[in-house]
Amino acid sequence: MLYNAKVIIPGLAIAVAAFTAPFWLNLGSPEYTYPKLAVPAAKEGTKCVEPKEWMRAEHMTLLNTWRDQAIRYDRRTYIASDGKEWSISLQNTCMACHANKAEFCDKCHTANNVEPYCWNCHVEPRGNN
Amino acid sequence: MKKTRRDFLKIAGLSAFALGSAAAMGPAGALAASGGEGRYITSPKELKSKRWVMVIDTRRFTAPQDFQTVIDACHSEHNVPSIPGDQEIKWIWTDTFPHAFPDEAHQYLPDRVINGNFLLLCNQCENPPCVRVCPTGATFRNEANGIVVMDPHRCIGCRFCMAGCPYGSRSFNFQDPQPHIKNINPAYPARTRGVVEKCTFCPERLAAGKLPACVEASKGAILFGDLNDPNSSVRKALASNLTIQRKASLGTGPSVYYII
Amino acid sequence: MLELLLKGRPRFYLWMGFLASVVGLGAIVYIFQLIYGLQLTGMSRNVSWGFYISQFTYFVGVAASAVMLVLPAYFHHYTKFKRIIIFGEFMAVGAVIMCMLFIVVDLGQPQRVLNVLLHPTPNSVMFWDMTVLSGYLLLNLVIGWTTLECERHNVNPPAWIKPLVYLSVFWAFSIHTVTAFLYAGLPGRHYWLTAIMAARFLASAFCSGPAILLLLLLVVRKCTDFDPGKEAMKTLSTIITYAMCINVFFYLLELFTAYYSGIPGHQHPISFLFSGHDGHMAWVNGWMWTAAIFAIASLALLVPPQLRYNDKLLPLALIMLVIASWIDKGLGLLIGGFTPTPFETVTIYTPTFVEILVGLGIYGIGALIISALWKIAMDVKKERGTFELQN
Repeated sequence: MLYNAKVIIPGLAIAVAAFTAPFWLNLGSPEYTYPKLAVPAAKEGTKCVEPKEWMRAEHMTLLNTWRDQAIRYDRRTYIASDGKEWSISLQNTCMACHANKAEFCDKCHTANNVEPYCWNCHVEPRGNN
Repeated sequence: MKKTRRDFLKIAGLSAFALGSAAAMGPAGALAASGGEGRYITSPKELKSKRWVMVIDTRRFTAPQDFQTVIDACHSEHNVPSIPGDQEIKWIWTDTFPHAFPDEAHQYLPDRVINGNFLLLCNQCENPPCVRVCPTGATFRNEANGIVVMDPHRCIGCRFCMAGCPYGSRSFNFQDPQPHIKNINPAYPARTRGVVEKCTFCPERLAAGKLPACVEASKGAILFGDLNDPNSSVRKALASNLTIQRKASLGTGPSVYYII
Repeated sequence: MLELLLKGRPRFYLWMGFLASVVGLGAIVYIFQLIYGLQLTGMSRNVSWGFYISQFTYFVGVAASAVMLVLPAYFHHYTKFKRIIIFGEFMAVGAVIMCMLFIVVDLGQPQRVLNVLLHPTPNSVMFWDMTVLSGYLLLNLVIGWTTLECERHNVNPPAWIKPLVYLSVFWAFSIHTVTAFLYAGLPGRHYWLTAIMAARFLASAFCSGPAILLLLLLVVRKCTDFDPGKEAMKTLSTIITYAMCINVFFYLLELFTAYYSGIPGHQHPISFLFSGHDGHMAWVNGWMWTAAIFAIASLALLVPPQLRYNDKLLPLALIMLVIASWIDKGLGLLIGGFTPTPFETVTIYTPTFVEILVGLGIYGIGALIISALWKIAMDVKKERGTFELQN
């Protein structure tokens, strides 16, 4: 009924095995935990621009919107969802607190194999808070 | 037999798609609830103008140090690299009168003019050819204040704007500029190779209530103000001094005036 | 029809292998350019366009020239051309792809090229150039492939082909006009700011494109015995002659305006191209004089009919014409536009090895595409028995 079954069935089996490899190859390994990040020693009452969970998921979207609003529309002040005012600047606002790229940004990015190219232009923060 | 197998596949595909999209929607919906995007406004301290223009009093620029202070202020603040040769990058620089104002030059001009140097930068034109030709809108004119903006995130490096500019105001990053930046300013980005850059009239400084770097460093030799405000310093200077512009007959409407 | 590529004589595959190695070399050199940036080219802050854009400009013209076959055949029912139109259309496909590749290798951020479509900017001529070039590529591919398939299966082409063919005639004129508009609307570039730029472009295209086509057909006749037909070749060479006359005439018009008006701004670019500056000759001068001499010489061999129809002399005339037009539209146009600079100074531009090797690689890709498509066309004609010349 199935033509070329001798080739198709083994081929299908290999394909399924290959596609599902990330799942069964990692059976038994420890669950993914968020890398330990060097969170800046927060001064009394300082928070990030938006809540941590939201930023984890959406910081790239936020940065893209910041970029367009600042450069293209000259709207350089951000009023966060909690009403606080921030100056829109990757280097002067975000990096003022998150001052160490290797200990903060890179930790999660490397673990997730993400290579943002912001740093081709924007100056890497090398400080340590 | 054939028909039912096809129907089975159709139903299986639809269910997989439905389940997949439901799974994808779920977590994203939950996150959106805690925190979210805020609003964007122009900075409260921002200096306001309908049309920023610059008046350069060339009589105040005599010694080389007069020019160098202004150029260094701009280039060091904005991480403009020092690249030797003809693939250089400059936002503000000097050149002689016949090179800067070829339509006004003749042999018998006063000595200080024919042998002097003049500060050149992007003219932030009212009718900019560079904006007209840019295929992506990476460079565009902010109608609210007259500044010709350069968005290096969108630039594809086609250099049409450089061909279009009649003033040679634009530079291209033929290579990665970072190795050539002397003392990098951590408060301002650099650029990457493959994009065009030019003088920006310092919108980030204007948003913080400060004048452009070159204006501040010139100690009053460069005036900066609103052309549409009859009481501004620039209008007063234009009314009481003879000023010229570069290649005015081209109709670009430059925003830089020179008191000769 | 692609399966026709799988059967061929050994020397066809040798040719394709040679082309592939040229392409491979170009690709490797391009990777260096991607890594180190356009600093590897001879371009500068003052001469910000060079070899790549000049080749793009030349080959848009070559692509547009297919219309010189299509127009007589479809508008005026000149049947002698119907046999070879497919080769013109397929050459246009290869030429347009070369154009697009020359643009991509010239970009500083090539991976962002889709920004032109993501952020359409109708006031930009370059946006329209991308649009019309893509449309022209699609048109020629669809028309060529469909008509060839129909010929293979001995059926009439579908009714919708006719309007597409008429569209392609106007579209051909438009692609090169739009390309000319890239140059002719820039206020700071004296050499380019001339109303006649689009007309010059079209005249140059309509002599150089068909000349390249005719030369390639002669080469093909040598290699495969495919005979385009004496009548067709005579008519094509006549079209080339008229177009070249107009091309040279238009250039002389430019010379008149520049030199009779006495305006230095108009004269400087041309003076630089032919005699350098400040008493120094520039390397481009030799090339420009060669172009001028070859242009006149090619006309001397093309205008008199007994010389134009001479099979021994025609290739020589065509080669000189192609060289002359290539120098004029390649080197002359770009260098002349940027010299002198907006500051009335001179910055010398010399293409580097990187530019030349990448350019050769792109030539290789064009040659690969055209060789493949032409082989398919000839094999179809062999199948149908239309390979041999019929009266």
